[in-house]
Amino acid sequence: MKDIKIKTRDLTLYYGANMALNSISLDIPEKEVTAFIGPSGCGKSTFLRTLNRMNDLIDSVRITGEVLVDSVNIYDKQIDVVNLRKKVGMVFQKSNPFAKSIFENVAYGPRINGINKKSDLEGIVESSLQKAFIWEEVKDRLHDSAMGLSGGQQQRMCIARTLAVEPEIILMDEPASALDPISTAKIEELIFELKKDYTIVIVTHNMQQAARVSDLTAFFYLGELIEFGKTRKIFTTPDKKHTEEYITGRFG
Amino acid sequence: MRRQNAITGGLFIGLTAFSAILIIAVIIILLVVIINGGKGTFSWEFLTAFPEDGMMKGGIFPAIYGTVLLVLIMSIAAVPFGAITAVYLTEYARENSIIAQSIRFAVRTLATVPSIIFGLFGLGFFIKFVGTGMDDVFLGGQLKWGQPNILWASFTMALLTLPVVIVSVEEAIRAVPRELREASLALGATKWETIKRIVIPGSRSGIMTGTILAVSRGAGEVAPILFTGAAYYLATLPTSLSDQFMNLGYHIYIMATQSANVDESLSIQFATTMVLLLLTFTLNLAAVIIRSRLRRKAR
Amino acid sequence: MKEPIEKTGFVFSRESLKKRFRLSEFLAEKIITGVAFLSITIIVLIFFFVFKESLPIFASTKKDAAKIENVQQQEQYGGDTNVATNALGQEQYGLEPSGPVNASGQEQYGVIEADSLMMDHQVMVEDNRDHGSEKATVKSLLGKKWLPVSDNPRYGLIPLFVGTLKITLIAMLFAAPIAILAALFSAAFAPYWLREIIKPAIELLAGFPSVVIGFFALMVMASFFQDIFGYDGRLNAFVGGVAMALAAIPIIFTITEDALTAVPRTYTEASLALGASRWQTALFVTLPAATPGIFAAILLGIGRVFGETMIALMATGNAALTSVNPFESVRTLAATIGAEMAEVVFGDTHYNVLFLIGSLLFIFTFSLNALAEFYVKGKLVKRFQGKQS
Repeated sequence: MKDIKIKTRDLTLYYGANMALNSISLDIPEKEVTAFIGPSGCGKSTFLRTLNRMNDLIDSVRITGEVLVDSVNIYDKQIDVVNLRKKVGMVFQKSNPFAKSIFENVAYGPRINGINKKSDLEGIVESSLQKAFIWEEVKDRLHDSAMGLSGGQQQRMCIARTLAVEPEIILMDEPASALDPISTAKIEELIFELKKDYTIVIVTHNMQQAARVSDLTAFFYLGELIEFGKTRKIFTTPDKKHTEEYITGRFG
Repeated sequence: MRRQNAITGGLFIGLTAFSAILIIAVIIILLVVIINGGKGTFSWEFLTAFPEDGMMKGGIFPAIYGTVLLVLIMSIAAVPFGAITAVYLTEYARENSIIAQSIRFAVRTLATVPSIIFGLFGLGFFIKFVGTGMDDVFLGGQLKWGQPNILWASFTMALLTLPVVIVSVEEAIRAVPRELREASLALGATKWETIKRIVIPGSRSGIMTGTILAVSRGAGEVAPILFTGAAYYLATLPTSLSDQFMNLGYHIYIMATQSANVDESLSIQFATTMVLLLLTFTLNLAAVIIRSRLRRKAR
Repeated sequence: MKEPIEKTGFVFSRESLKKRFRLSEFLAEKIITGVAFLSITIIVLIFFFVFKESLPIFASTKKDAAKIENVQQQEQYGGDTNVATNALGQEQYGLEPSGPVNASGQEQYGVIEADSLMMDHQVMVEDNRDHGSEKATVKSLLGKKWLPVSDNPRYGLIPLFVGTLKITLIAMLFAAPIAILAALFSAAFAPYWLREIIKPAIELLAGFPSVVIGFFALMVMASFFQDIFGYDGRLNAFVGGVAMALAAIPIIFTITEDALTAVPRTYTEASLALGASRWQTALFVTLPAATPGIFAAILLGIGRVFGETMIALMATGNAALTSVNPFESVRTLAATIGAEMAEVVFGDTHYNVLFLIGSLLFIFTFSLNALAEFYVKGKLVKRFQGKQS
């Protein structure tokens, strides 16, 4: 059994007066892929965003309980959210390149961290793009606008951008939902490679995808964690009836 | 019954269409009449020469120069403050907090305060309070800043155009997608770094529109500078911030109402009005085009 | 695949996650917040300084106020040694309303001479001014004569109010129906392409400097209307009012159009589904639903006309009359400030009265704006949201 990277304890989240997550407790192991599945509106994305405190941006959100990353409670008052996000990176549902060149997109994080030497930046950009399997496609046009890339390329560049900050955990919020099957396959292949070095948490509404890429799967329904376990077990012999119904496509 | 209804409807729609056409027609007539009256006198010399013969002849260069200087100093004062206020309202203030609402209310109030009040304020605050105070403290009471000049006029105009800048920049900042802010923050950027590197560069066109609209407004307003710095006639161009200046709008006003012989200088008046009208018209047209492009992009 | 480049020494631990103080972040937030309060500060300052300069009218019996007034007075005449004479013959220094604007503004300020000289005359001047200004001001503020520059100055604001209201009424009679109907056309009937012409065109009209509209009214409209109606005075309330309507139309149009397009589609669809025609829906459903917004538009239009200076200065004739005839000349509050402030003596009663007019204008437009803001907005929100959810 691998070490536990992220631990949540009784995590409850409210949007104003509405409870969106109800007392979620689960352990996410290091350097494995953990998938969150469930029908839309079940709280899986919200839960993902609590792991790097992206929900802080929404004024009406209130959170109780604990999220422990490497045994540090990230909701502690003493926590520096900015440094936290450097270690817990995030890839979004819709690729969101900045209106800058490919190079500047990937160099954004390092620059923020005070790396300004051109040779250093070039090294980071190249290795990040290589890790994201997109180097060969863009190496000749690094200084072209990132807006000119295809959707799938944009998303892989966004992953490279996240890798450039050297996170330990990567959160992916339906990273392939807007992509064609070929691009999706590339992203999945990429996830498989990345888990050697990173702890990956992925939200997906595509159950085949969860079954293909993840080691562990958590099923959410109406803000509750219904079931959490090895992906193979969840998809073959789930304990809960709800899970089975969802996986066999009877609702959702 | 149905037929009568259709006739009433046709008449009603016709009436609304007539109103719209009437407005457009007046705009066109105004443009045509002013341009028609001014084009005979308008020339390169007219733009670059000094007035002659008690302003009955010659050009309007000092008025153009003064106007340009005015809007330049005004922009330097108004644009940063306006843009920063817009950043506060969109990025820092909690939506619907009392502070944000008060600031919004203040901005809207500022936009509706009659321009003559800004003139009074410029006189009472900048000239009499700040200027006289500066003279007392730094110059031992010698009169230099405690009188109308281009600096106070520009500052007065900056207050007037502040809401224009704020509203434009705010609209542009709101058009910067939330996803980009999130991406930046998720990469470990702080709030200010995100604003500096993503939000402000992303709203450049809005800052530009705001500046253009402010310049256009500042170039055309006369009431705020009536007694804060505009002069009837100056033989030399202003060389210091404590000098008075000539101004296109003020020039038109004075020539049309107070010159010794209004009829004799009529063609100069029309030409000056044409210059001012075309200047503001072009600026506004540019702003309208940039903004409509921005709105299309935001959609 | 390349080896990941060496770690930057950042270890994910309790220590590295400790909240850090970032100076630039702190400063940015404080400065931005500070600047944002500028707008509120300006409003307060405007109110304070404009009102402050009008205060001596109300406090003219108090020694302090009179003293300030006198010191300012003396600065004006500082170049002259015969202060007493000056104070008495003060009217001579005022301006004829139609007189030429002084070229440099320099002589108004004079040069302050030795302070001791001033002090010698202070007491004497004080006495003179005290009685004079009180009589001339407080009593006659409600008077029917505006004669600020005469041997016996009278500062009756009634004719100015009458003039302003007359102009506002005329302007709104033209602007409101035309702008609202045009907005209705644009929002409900015009095809998309036409709408894309009308809206920017009217936005451009909003950008026309008022001095240009004033000039147009003075040179073109005045003669045009005189030919039609055949009245005597070329410049009068009617010409001024119509010109002001041009300034008010863009405001009323824009806000009305916004209010009309904000009416939920469900309203109009329901009406159309019941068999009402397009014009019936527009007139009996859309327009009533948008009334609070239209009301706000009219209020802001009134505010615009009420405070408009240049058009009033150029197109109304500027005679302070109290008649109801629209074809007679009027003098508005704003125009009075614009015409007289440049030549008035600092600290003089006339000066204070002009600032008082400014305060009144400010309070009035501020109230209009506040009314439009709170009352109307509240109603609109209630109307649309209350019914929908």
